[in-house]
Amino acid sequence: MADSELRPSYWRRWLPHPLLTAVLICLWMALLNSYSAGGLLVGIVLGMVIPIYTGHFWPERPEIRSPFKAIAFLAIVMFDVVVANIQVAYLILFRPRDQLRSRWVAVPLDLTSPEGITVLTATITLTPGTVASDLSADGRTLLVHCLDVDDEAATVRRIKHRYERRIGEILP
Amino acid sequence: MIQYALTFGFVAVSAALMMNLYRLVKGPTVMDRVLAVDTMVVNTIALIILYGIRESTTLYFESALLMAMFSFISTVAYCRFALRGDVIE
Amino acid sequence: MHDRFEILIAIHIVIGAFFVFVGSFGLVKLPSLMSRLHGPSKATTLGVGGCLIASMLHFGALEGRVSIQEMLITFFLFITAPVTAHFIAKAHLHAEVDPESELPPDEGRYGWSTFATMPEVRMASRESRSASGDRLES
Repeated sequence: MADSELRPSYWRRWLPHPLLTAVLICLWMALLNSYSAGGLLVGIVLGMVIPIYTGHFWPERPEIRSPFKAIAFLAIVMFDVVVANIQVAYLILFRPRDQLRSRWVAVPLDLTSPEGITVLTATITLTPGTVASDLSADGRTLLVHCLDVDDEAATVRRIKHRYERRIGEILP
Repeated sequence: MIQYALTFGFVAVSAALMMNLYRLVKGPTVMDRVLAVDTMVVNTIALIILYGIRESTTLYFESALLMAMFSFISTVAYCRFALRGDVIE
Repeated sequence: MHDRFEILIAIHIVIGAFFVFVGSFGLVKLPSLMSRLHGPSKATTLGVGGCLIASMLHFGALEGRVSIQEMLITFFLFITAPVTAHFIAKAHLHAEVDPESELPPDEGRYGWSTFATMPEVRMASRESRSASGDRLES
């Protein structure tokens, strides 16, 4: 048993989650609403103290494979949110009640990490037409409620091809 | 120009709040009412933002942020109570 | 310059308020709770985002600098709206929905997690270890 396994390295002790530190600094600057050196200093102090004190709750860092694909995925999701809401507005305003074909759909998952499944669930709920409701007990299937669907297999294929494939390139 | 748009905005958000109140009174199940309360708070955030535009002051954004946080926490607390009978175990 | 900003701000306010109205109109009109979830979690969030972009533009044109505090509210709403929709759906499934008749069957053996759970894998307890004579390897 080598000693370095028990005692983490210098970087890991003082900066256990560098991505969380960066996000906290950006959040603090946005909350202060001003670009000043004092705010940045307090942000850096907070960004270092909070991950150290809460470090026991998340022992491992999430593995993010490619930041550029993450930004591209965010852009795609934003585009889908804006464009497809128009279709849901049309459905809510103009479609009579009994012509809505609402249905429950089960989507089998390829992602295994909790972060990946969480991002997929949030994306499915944000894009109009679908709300993610439940996860199976072994974590391999997602229960999705669709507002108006005539072809279930096409919906499942679209979710898997458009979102899950892209998330799989970012998170495991 | 902005004043006309603001008037339309106020009327639309107030009508949305009235419809949420209808669902809050009528909703057959408990979850209908929880959803109506959560949507009411989000509509109130929109109302606060529009009021801040009208008065040309950035004073009200902290209250909007606080309301967003409180509505999220209270909806999660209601749903945990409905699912488990206890909010924090 | 100021006119162009005015038209942009007015368009964003009108679109945002319209989506907020449509989201709440869905609460009144749609027949069941699960279909009523779609309105607030998507249309209302987008409508408030539109009003917030109008506010950013307004104060950007007024003071000449970009204020990011509105992006914080939008960011927070976009992250928490799916969570609340999921929670309300789970509570509704627990209280009102019968899993045999209405939900599609789960492909695994254990069912949906609101109704059934996996049997837990337990670490070998101290009594069973000492009873069977195993020892920790040093």
